[in-house]
Amino acid sequence: MTQMLTPLIEVQNLTRQFPSPDGEEPITVFENASFDIKRGEFVCIIGHSGCGKSTILNVLAGLDTASSGVVLMDGREIDGPSLERGVVFQNYSLLAWMSALKNVMFGVRARFPKWSKNQIKEHSYKHLSMVGLGEGAEKRKPSQLSGGMRQRVSIARAFAIQPKLLLLDEPFGALDALTRGTIQDELIRVWADTGQTIFMITHDVDEAILLSDRILLMSNGPYARVAESVLIDIPRPRSRADIIHHKNYYPIRNYLVDFLTSRSKTITTNAGDGSDTRNIKPETVRPGLFNSEEKNANPESNDKRLKDNEISQTQLTGTQ
Amino acid sequence: MSINMKAPLLSLLLLFSLMGIWEMSTPSVTSAENMTEYEMLMGGASEEARVPPPSAIVKKAYEELSNPFYDNGPNDKGIGIQIAYSLYRVLTGYVLAAIVALPLGFLIGMSPLAYKALDPFIQILKPISPLAWMPLALFIIQDSEASAIFVIFICSIWPMLINTAFGVAGVRTDWVNVAKTHELSTLRTAFKVILPAAAPTILTGMRISIGIAWLVIVAAEMLVGGTGIGYYVWNEWNNLDLTSVIFSILVIGVVGMLLDTFFARVQSALQYQE
Repeated sequence: MTQMLTPLIEVQNLTRQFPSPDGEEPITVFENASFDIKRGEFVCIIGHSGCGKSTILNVLAGLDTASSGVVLMDGREIDGPSLERGVVFQNYSLLAWMSALKNVMFGVRARFPKWSKNQIKEHSYKHLSMVGLGEGAEKRKPSQLSGGMRQRVSIARAFAIQPKLLLLDEPFGALDALTRGTIQDELIRVWADTGQTIFMITHDVDEAILLSDRILLMSNGPYARVAESVLIDIPRPRSRADIIHHKNYYPIRNYLVDFLTSRSKTITTNAGDGSDTRNIKPETVRPGLFNSEEKNANPESNDKRLKDNEISQTQLTGTQ
Repeated sequence: MSINMKAPLLSLLLLFSLMGIWEMSTPSVTSAENMTEYEMLMGGASEEARVPPPSAIVKKAYEELSNPFYDNGPNDKGIGIQIAYSLYRVLTGYVLAAIVALPLGFLIGMSPLAYKALDPFIQILKPISPLAWMPLALFIIQDSEASAIFVIFICSIWPMLINTAFGVAGVRTDWVNVAKTHELSTLRTAFKVILPAAAPTILTGMRISIGIAWLVIVAAEMLVGGTGIGYYVWNEWNNLDLTSVIFSILVIGVVGMLLDTFFARVQSALQYQE
């Protein structure tokens, strides 16, 4: 019972420093990152390049070690890679000399070494079908698959090993918008079916809103912080077409874009002033509720806020 | 007509025209009646000691290949036996080199420390002509047969060692991370991920090595003597039998090509596209 109540992942005061090239003071990429991930939750993390998102994910995966701070999973410290945490990398994580099916079987065999070959094969094929592959495509090598299909195989492999936590490092970064949409739908369906816990890095604000229960916002590095935790108050199941009509969609979206374009910089400088940021969990924000309350009080100011954000939105696309 | 049909036709055309020119430019043997007394005394040696025409070589090839495994004592063995001796030496030296080079290359590729520590040795030993080892080998091993094998060993080892280390060191970090996140043991990682990932590069090294080994065995056998295709060439030269010399040169080429083709096949079977 207590296990159900405690969060699956507890990140406590995670700090990562890299030695600086000129041998002086090490560079602190992020400092005192503290947050939880609940069981079954879908959490996205957003931040600019260089804020250390990937490092956090690699620490969670056990592939990297933090300079200080701990990550607990079920109350136990993570000190190395484990099959309890599946990882989908952005690129090239499929073994190029194996077919799609063999790649999934590779994972399944590692996870369930006692299974018979047929069992492994069936289980693997089932997970490939779940992401819309099969009927011949499973026999192809990664080089014979499109980028989208390759990423599906990676996702199938990660789900097939049934990890407690699934870590996705910008899985759709290299895909075109159309393919991205389809795979997002598949991902969310598989997530709903399996009840997995997912932690995902993305650069795409719309993707984050569509997929996640909660979005962690990281300020810019160096001295980056996990500054806020934005709750996505949009009921599931969500569909790409309907979600934009939900009253909370634009308030959330604007809030996120505003953070990325302006506030992410100021939070960084505030944190670098030597103030103690230890044991501070990111502030929980619910932009939808916040705005709708404000709207009742003062509709004009809300409209103004929206306009401001539209401007910053164009600035964002301009800088990309 | 496709290029695949044109090319062999052109090859045959070139072959026949070159052989035709060669055949016609070789003066025919003057018969014994027209010889001077001196020439008779010399046994017609100067007449015999000319580059033979292709027809003579074809005839020789037919004779030799129709009975390749005869054995009439140390100086008269069939071409098949000689080739078999050479292949035996090459393959023994080569396999021994692979046994040393592949694991060592793996170690060097996996460990930057081992790489840095062993690199100076490799850089100095690699450019030494394999035949330069021969006197030392003969003195230490005191057996010409084993010395020839040692020379093959020492010349095959470098391309395999360097390519294995290079291939292993170059395996994508993503693939190594896949092995790590799947909690593969070191041994399983080596065999299931790193070996197949590095296989094409390793095979390139093995293919270069077998090529060099086949080049070197001819020279080595000329030095150690006794048996083998290299000795055969030298022996026929001493017999002034240029027909056999040219025939054996061709055989060396064909066997070398077959060895290379075999490794090319294996290489393409293990090749993957990224």
